[in-house]
Amino acid sequence: MKISVIITLKKDVLDPQGKVIHQTLDGMGFEGINEVRQGKYFEIDTNESDKKKAEAKVEEMCKKLLANLVIEDFKIIGSQ
Amino acid sequence: MHSSVITFPGSNCDRDMDVALKKFGFKNKMIWHDDVELPKSDLVVLPGGFSYGDYLRCGSMASKSKIMKSVLNFAQGGGKVMGVCNGFQILVESGLLPGVLLRNKYLEFICKNVFVKANNKDNSYFKDDKKDVYKFHIAHNEGNYFCSNEQIKEINDNNQIALFYSDENGNVNEQSNPNGSLQNIAGIFNKQKNVIGMMPHPERMIDPALSGEDGSIFFENLINNLK
Repeated sequence: MKISVIITLKKDVLDPQGKVIHQTLDGMGFEGINEVRQGKYFEIDTNESDKKKAEAKVEEMCKKLLANLVIEDFKIIGSQ
Repeated sequence: MHSSVITFPGSNCDRDMDVALKKFGFKNKMIWHDDVELPKSDLVVLPGGFSYGDYLRCGSMASKSKIMKSVLNFAQGGGKVMGVCNGFQILVESGLLPGVLLRNKYLEFICKNVFVKANNKDNSYFKDDKKDVYKFHIAHNEGNYFCSNEQIKEINDNNQIALFYSDENGNVNEQSNPNGSLQNIAGIFNKQKNVIGMMPHPERMIDPALSGEDGSIFFENLINNLK
């Protein structure tokens, strides 16, 4: 089973890279952008075939390594 | 006094630290990250560099390496652990120190001499130190200290701030903050003050011909305090 997870900075954490991307998009003429936040995306392919068990395992991975919960949130966005 | 410097894949200040520790009287051993046991040590140092290529987050992989279990046990038993630069990042990722080091505010790698002010001298690292303000070197891309509101309150309540970025006279202000660090924090302790993490490199200031001697003052004082 393949689990997809995204990791984003928490709302109150400054994202200077997102800001620079925002400014660049403005400079390129893309109008009406309120904010850009940058994050990370992981695909984790496991042997586990039970969706609940696979997601629980990935959740543990996020808490222990993939995300730093002081500054980041994680969200499992797909399992197939 | 016995010290151990841990070398991770990608560490590059480990030998500088070895030279500095030996110069001031430590019997130092270099320990590989894949080792399991720490030799008898009065001080364990996590050096600067780019462990694991800074993949995922700086210090995140190194904090899970084999030797870190022993370092954690050593620290939890009151052992002195010092992390410099990437070593500081490893200590926050390991949970031995609170908070996290974010990318520098203006997205630049900063490599320059700065002044830092010691905030708390009631510990083995700064006790009886003649200096209050040190000229140290910083070289980092992720040195912007950050933590939650609850954590910063606890840090201040327990007097855990070790070093502030300051000007030459010890004034702590926005102009002297190179990277956007919360409250100008350049280094912090754990609650018990046996673990310290700092972004500046004292080991780069041990030779007047090359740099300066504020690091010499730091190391001389440190070994005396540990005796």
